[in-house]
Parts: sequence; C-alpha cells; structure tokens
Amino acid sequence: MNNEEKRFNQEEEDEEEESGRGREAWERTYADERSWESLQEDESGLLRPIDNKSLSHAQYRRRLRTATAARIQKGLIRYLYIIIDFSRAAAEMDYKPSRMVVVARQVEAFIREFFDQNPLSQIGLVILKDGVAHCLTDLGGSPEAHIKALMGKLGTSGDASLQNGLDLVRDLLNQIPSYGHREVLILYSALSTCDPGDILETIQKCKVSKIRCSVIGLSAELYICKHLCQETGGMYFVALDEPHLKELVLEHAPPPPAIAEFAVANLIKMGFPQRAAEGVISICSCHKEAKVCGGYTCPRCKARICELPTECCICGLTLVSSPHLARSYHHLFPIRPFDDVSPLVLKDFHKLPKNCFGCQLSLLNPGNFPGPQVACPNCKQHFCLDCDIYIHESLHNCPGCESLRNAKTISDMEQ
Amino acid sequence: MTPVSSKLYADDVSLLMVLIDTNPYFWSSMNNNTSFTFSKFLSHVLAFLNSILLLNQMNQVVVIASGYNSCDYVFDSSTSSMQRAECLLEKLEDFVDKDESLSREESVDGVGFSLLSGSLSMALCYIQRVFRSGPLHPQPRILCLHGSPDGPGQYVAVMNSIFSAQRSMVPIDSCAIGSQHSAFLQQASYITGGVYLKPQVSDGLFQYLSTVFATDLHSRGFLQLPRPVGVDFRASCFCHKNTIDMGYICSVCLSIFCKHHKKCSTCGSNFGEARKQDPSASDQRR
Repeated sequence: MNNEEKRFNQEEEDEEEESGRGREAWERTYADERSWESLQEDESGLLRPIDNKSLSHAQYRRRLRTATAARIQKGLIRYLYIIIDFSRAAAEMDYKPSRMVVVARQVEAFIREFFDQNPLSQIGLVILKDGVAHCLTDLGGSPEAHIKALMGKLGTSGDASLQNGLDLVRDLLNQIPSYGHREVLILYSALSTCDPGDILETIQKCKVSKIRCSVIGLSAELYICKHLCQETGGMYFVALDEPHLKELVLEHAPPPPAIAEFAVANLIKMGFPQRAAEGVISICSCHKEAKVCGGYTCPRCKARICELPTECCICGLTLVSSPHLARSYHHLFPIRPFDDVSPLVLKDFHKLPKNCFGCQLSLLNPGNFPGPQVACPNCKQHFCLDCDIYIHESLHNCPGCESLRNAKTISDMEQ
Repeated sequence: MTPVSSKLYADDVSLLMVLIDTNPYFWSSMNNNTSFTFSKFLSHVLAFLNSILLLNQMNQVVVIASGYNSCDYVFDSSTSSMQRAECLLEKLEDFVDKDESLSREESVDGVGFSLLSGSLSMALCYIQRVFRSGPLHPQPRILCLHGSPDGPGQYVAVMNSIFSAQRSMVPIDSCAIGSQHSAFLQQASYITGGVYLKPQVSDGLFQYLSTVFATDLHSRGFLQLPRPVGVDFRASCFCHKNTIDMGYICSVCLSIFCKHHKKCSTCGSNFGEARKQDPSASDQRR
C-alpha cells in the first residue's frame, strides 16, 4: 500500500504544480517539453525516431525489480471477473472519444493478453448500469466470446452501484473450486456509488470469501474504492490518461503473488484430448453444429469439442493440451534480472565482447567506446538494452545460458 | 548505414535464419548408419543458401550453429563482404573447434542433444533487432535443420521460444534430418504455422529444401506444402513418464501426475484437506 500512497501524493504534487503554472495539461506537453526540438534527421532527410531508449529501459528495470522479487508462489489458476462501469459517468468525454470506448478498447487488449499469459484461467464480465449489475458473460476461457459480448453491449445510462456489482460477483465466485484464485478487477468511472444497503458489510463479505478486489479509477480517488482494495489485498490506482490506463490494466495480466491461505493446493483432474481424425464428420457439443474435420475428443465422455482449453460441456472435465501448461511455466521459472555492467569494468573495454550476444548488435558507441549494456549474472554474457527487455518480457530464456551445456549445473552448484 | 533504397522492401523479401545442427555425436552416428555425412549435408545447405540469396538481391541469410556445448552465429549475409554462403565454412570450422574444446565429459552415452533452445533464442533476438530497425524490414522466418534427438531438459526453454515466436508471428520451419521425428520441432512448426518436413531420402536434401523452404511467406499461400501431421499434444506424467489422456495437475506448480497423490513431489504442497471440499464445489457448478 505504501507505494500507492506515494503515487497519490505524487499526483497531488503534480496537480499543484499544474495549477501554479496556470496551463492545461495538454498545453504543458507542448509548451514545456518543446518536443519539436528533439527531432533529428538522418542523412537522407528522414525523421529519425527520438532516442529515449535509456529512459524507457530504466522504467522497465523498475518494473522488473518489483515483479521478480525472489521466487514467489504465483496464483496460476485464476478466476477473474471484470466489472465495467457503464453508468452515466462513462459517457464523459475527457478520454477521447469517450470513457466507455476507451475502457472497452483496453478491456479487449487485456482479455487477449490475459489468456496469453494465463491459459488455464477464466474471465467473466459484469456491467454496472442503471443502479444494477448485469452479468454479461459467465466465467469462460474463450477470449473471442467475451470480446464479442462486450462490443455488442456498449452504451451508458444511469448510476453505478459498487455494492450490487460486488454482491453479484461474490455469489458467482463462491461457486468456483477451492484451488482457484478469486479476483475482481473494477474499472470505475463514476465518482459515487448508489447502493441498496451497507457496502462496508459487502466488503467484509468479500474479504471472508477471499476475493482479491482491484480498482482502476478513471476520474478521481474514492475512499470507498481504496478501502475495498486495502481490505481485500488488491491494488487501487487512478489513471491519468489513456496510456497510463493501458499500463494499469495490463499490470493485472501476469499472475499475482499467491497468498497461501487464499487458495488451497489441490490436484485438478484434467483431460488431454487428442485431435480427432481427419475427414470424420461429427456434431460438436459446444456449438451443436456438424463439423467435418478438426476438433478434439474428450477422453472421458468422447464428446467432440472445437477448441482448447475448455471445459467439456457434457461431463465437466477440464480439457487442456500440454502447450497450455507449458505457457505458464515461465511464471514458475523466471530468469534472473540482468546486471548493469559497471563503468569500472567498461574501462578495459578491450576484454569485453564487442557485440550483443543475442542479436549481434554492436555494443560500441560511436568513437569505439562501450555503450550501455547488461550482463547475465549466470552466464556472464553481455546484452544490449533492447535484447534485455525482449528476453525478460517475451522470450523468458537467456540465450547465453541456453547455449551453454553446463550452465545449469554451475548455477545449481552456486545455489 | 543502410541506404534508403534498401529499406523499401516488398512483401517477398525474406530474412532466413538457418539453425544447423553440428552435434558431432549425431553426425558420427549418421556416418555409421547411412552414407549421409556432414560434408554432404553442408554442400546441400550451401547450395540452398546461395539460391536463396540469388532469388532476391535483398534477401538476407543468417546461419547459427547449434553445437553440443555452445551456439554461435557463423554467417550473416548483411555483414559479410562476399554475398556467398561459402564464407561460413571458415567460421564454422572455428566454431566446431571451440565447441570441442568446451567439452568436459570424456564419453557420452548415446547421441546426446544439441542446444536447440540456445540457437532458437539467439535467432529470435536477431529477429527482434530487425523488427526494431524500422517499419520496413524483410519478412523473417526460422529454418531448423535438426537431427539430434530432443533434450528433455530443454523442454521449457524450447516452448518459451516457440511461444515468443508465435507472439511475433515468426514461423518456425523445420526439417528433421535424422532418422527420428522430433516432437519439439513438430510442435514448433504446428504452433507457429511453419512447415515440418522429414525427408524420405536424405541424399535429396537440396531438392526438399529448395521446393519446400525456399519460397517466401507470401508465395506460400499458392503452394501445396506438406500438410501438418497430427501433432500429439497429450502430456506425459512426471511420475512415470507415461503419455496420458487424463491426469491430475497440481494447482500450485502445474506438475502432471497420472494418479492422485497426497503430496506434490515437485513443489511439496499437501493436497489432503482440499479433497473434501472439491466434490461439493464441482457439484454446485453443474
């Protein structure tokens, strides 16, 4: 929580500064930063992208440090409800073209990213409108179904009710198996909540049901949201603008650290269906349509299923394929953050490698002096900053360690 | 600095990352069992690489050797002065010597595996650099010429590479040159939308390469390429290594077991209490 408070304080300071200067935020970006002066041309007269590489790299390092603090157990099987506020307040046009459209766009991106990172998890959508909460989609594992449902239901009206939303979600999440991690992500536009009863009671009930509630606000900080997040162990942030909103939403995609008593360790029965033979005609159990080829067969009840991962609609068995499990393994075996190469080492640059081990990009600045670079603590290979980001954010493999047969045994001995 | 003109790529300009297997144990076993030697293999590959470079003058070829103890870049047509693949021979020889000197074990039982995960990771890093170079870049693809058996310890790393390639829409083509099929490469090609091929006659390697793997991604849509074979996505349990249809997954570490255990052998979680609650929970759902 400390971090959040700091963040809020910072925001307040920023606001004070802003009002002192008497300019709107959008004017400030032009007037103070003088962004046109940083434009550069290359030799053929084309505009060169502005080099803010080292800046963004520093930001990324901060994120990495907070994310990979030692080996934390992560909640890999998540049941997440996204509560979207489509009340009157979502029609505000401070985000362009409106808060509703921006939120819908971010939720779409989030759903795709979420299933990419958590293939065994499920999402459901709930909408707050007219003082009540509608369940738009039930918990499910198909990103397209959620996105389609969301895009068909755009439209704002009435008030938002936080309590109704939480009550509905709590009822739904109480039914999930005990090994799952229950989470709620609320995207809240309104500045008030129109509740039928005592919301503090509902918050306590959520706490008892072990639901982790996080809120992303679009307007201003609300005490009740902050209280909710503090009580249930979630995160509360208020978005400054669209890129910031995107960053905040996507922060919820990687699995959060698991809290031991929140979910009971369990063995889950799962099926690994085989692809159905080519050219066989059968009726799939999910769409009730005759399909010629493709599809999978449930190993327990032999029903035909179109896509994985899913739950067999006949016998309820969770069906996955081995790559779905493999997709989650990098959360369990994260690679260590790379170390900055100290300027002292950089002084005898004759001994240093001249190229990035990953992409062969020259690590020398113009003038043959070594530029910024990082080194893997395990295999001691040097990498450029771009490769560092790619390796930690997408690849999840250190090319240096992977291309040394004995690297793994060395690190094991050290530990 | 690259001149402006070379940035204006059409959709049929390719960047081909070729990963060649230089595992000496594999090649000596090939030497014993078949007449297909490493030098024959190289002459097929060199002819293929040169024909790629001749297909379009802006095509680019990068060769990475995946050895037994290390991996390294051995050829990059954008930096080498001569645009001919024969230049790689010299660096390949250095690489093989270095790879041998890194060897620690006196004798190896069986053929052993080469470091596919390392060379795949390096190729993906290189491709990201090409993506970063600007809006116009050649279409990258990866071609694995692989023969060694799969190394079980590399599973997680290879899968990570495959998913990263899938996210950046880079197809991984693979050509199994050994006697066995490779489950890793079958999955890699299936997941990333590449072509998996196991030549029937290894002496005709050049023909297979030039007919299947030489065309750019755009033209592939018009060709009848080898259909993806049924890839077996069933898992094998951690306790007996049996392939199973149904199994139990640990909710904490996702280990796969074929029977119900009281304790997870991988992460040490106890499953005792949860069992009582579970049936009621699943009943409610239905």
